[in-house]
Amino acid sequence: MSFAYDKLMGGKNGLTGFIILAILILIVFPLLLDSFRLNLVGKYLTYAFAAVSLVLLWGYGGTLSLGQGIFFGLGGYAMAMFLKLEASSPENTAIQSTPGIPDFMDWNQLTELPWFWEPFSSFTFTLVAILVIPALFAYIIGSAMFKRRVGGVYFAIITQVIAVILTVLIVGQQGFTGGINGITDLRTLNGWDITSDSAKNIFYYVNCFLLLGVIIASRYILTSKFGRLLLAMRDKEDRVRFSGYDVANFKIFIFCFAATISAIGGAMFTLQVGFMSPSFVGIVPSIEMVIFAAVGGRMSLIGAVYGTLLINFGKTAFSESFPELWLFLMGGLFIAVVMFFPNGLAGLWQDYGHYITDRFKSVKNLFVKPASATKATTVENS
Amino acid sequence: MGGYTYNELGAIFAMQGFAGISLFSVLLLMALGLAIIFGQMGVINMAHGEFMAVGAYTTYFLSTLTETYFPGFMPYYFLFAIVLAFFVAGALGYFAEYALIRHLYKRPLDTLLATWGLSLIMQQTFRSVFGAREVSPGLPDWLLGSYQPTEMIDIPLNGMFVLALTGLVTFGVFYLMFKSSWGLHVRATTQNRLMSGAVGINTKKVDRYTFALGCGIAGIAGAAFTTIASTGPTTGTLYIVDTFMVVVFGGAASLLGTIASAFSIAQAQSILEFFISGSMAKVFTLLTLVIILMFKPEGLFASKVRR
Repeated sequence: MSFAYDKLMGGKNGLTGFIILAILILIVFPLLLDSFRLNLVGKYLTYAFAAVSLVLLWGYGGTLSLGQGIFFGLGGYAMAMFLKLEASSPENTAIQSTPGIPDFMDWNQLTELPWFWEPFSSFTFTLVAILVIPALFAYIIGSAMFKRRVGGVYFAIITQVIAVILTVLIVGQQGFTGGINGITDLRTLNGWDITSDSAKNIFYYVNCFLLLGVIIASRYILTSKFGRLLLAMRDKEDRVRFSGYDVANFKIFIFCFAATISAIGGAMFTLQVGFMSPSFVGIVPSIEMVIFAAVGGRMSLIGAVYGTLLINFGKTAFSESFPELWLFLMGGLFIAVVMFFPNGLAGLWQDYGHYITDRFKSVKNLFVKPASATKATTVENS
Repeated sequence: MGGYTYNELGAIFAMQGFAGISLFSVLLLMALGLAIIFGQMGVINMAHGEFMAVGAYTTYFLSTLTETYFPGFMPYYFLFAIVLAFFVAGALGYFAEYALIRHLYKRPLDTLLATWGLSLIMQQTFRSVFGAREVSPGLPDWLLGSYQPTEMIDIPLNGMFVLALTGLVTFGVFYLMFKSSWGLHVRATTQNRLMSGAVGINTKKVDRYTFALGCGIAGIAGAAFTTIASTGPTTGTLYIVDTFMVVVFGGAASLLGTIASAFSIAQAQSILEFFISGSMAKVFTLLTLVIILMFKPEGLFASKVRR
């Protein structure tokens, strides 16, 4: 039990934070919000997967990836391909010139399903693909770069370029990928209507539990010896290397792990929102994911979730009423976070949170120990 | 490549090659500024594209002004616009370094985020001031038209002008970096910041002017850019990734490498563009670069720098 308490929850503070988050997303939001807003929150929470992955990779590992959108997209597209194949059964697509292939392929004069789409008609394969393909991709990128000791800004730029390549590829190869519109019009999952409210509610809860699970898994990694090495590598990479550790392998591992997490988020995104498009892959979404993590606190797994929620609430609220103001605000936020509170919301809580908790405690003391309180007043009076 | 005669192929290569040279000019001008900044301070300026847009909008602003108030001055305004673009973008860069970047030298990844924030703010400013639509300044007559060495080859004059301008700026940068005493200070700071400070070089001042110079050159790139395409609020972002690749591929802190890599990237892209679609040309070019960089992370011409 104490293992679970220390390793998975991160002690007393970690447990409290975790429980508050769980109550918020599992109980408070579903009670307060209508089905549409809840779905919106669910969408935001899928971004939180990417933000959490960046806490691991960037906050603890010190390697900034400007390409988490790649993995978010890979996961999302894998899921979307499965759903699309199911939606384009020969009966549903009888009006096309080639029935049985997705509609956008038909519009682009394709007459048969491309080979890489074939395996995605199996649900098991799709689930495995969501977890494995992004990790494999990350392994290739990571081993090529970390083994040659490429890091820092170079790594950030290369990942960004890969995100651009993937976006341009998806947009350009309309017949195979659905182009700029993405893969849309997804209806059923193994015969179960995913557009209904009840399905969306269920996905919301699945998403929450996955997110909480990911946080626990990440916390386990961070509290293990590996987590300590990760921090050591961030601060003095050479010293870790001279101590006999293979720095590259640790970095590759955390990069792959981060990729898998983001991909889970992407897959959940597709399920809840009902489509996937290249606008969630490229530079802008990738860098937005970084700002989610930065605002929440780059060293805090739970903070990253709050950061994601906060920014997205803000974005929705502002871009509905003042779209112009939003970009200014967002830009200002980037600068402010970096310059004035680099540890984000979690850092602010750590620095100033005790003012609030202390007040709670003093209120509690008032009730718990009335004797000492009266004593204090009498002393003051005398 | 069947279906084309040798003559036609030659003409295609010449014309696409020249289109590539226009792209090369803009990329090189952008990359020069970025390379100087990155090479010296290790700072990645994500707002570099927006500094280019500042130059482009300055040109547009000046052209509108001239057209309305001094129509007779139209043939000459462009030369002034280039100079003005340099100073406006340079001044903004100077200010950005003072207000923002100098606080973040120890945290290069954070500079990346802060300058991205800056770029968002600048983009929105362009949109609020000049509107979301793309604008292009009225060009003087002597920049329009084209030069035809043979029947099949058709080379636009504006491209040649931009090429000449790029040559001039590149030469200027070389002179400044390798012949002037200021350049000596910059190179000394790049090689060993602490020692440079110890021998009495004001490295902070060097940093600030280097940053301003880099942004100023981006401004010139913007002025040159207006002759090739129209400018919108997000124009800068379109070029920033390519420019990064130019700098990284050329090897940071190596001006020669920057020129070579800008040339090869621009040529590869525009010649490929003729045979396969534009988007696939971009994919191939970038992918090739990424793969090369995976095997040779230090780029084409790595200069030895002690950090």
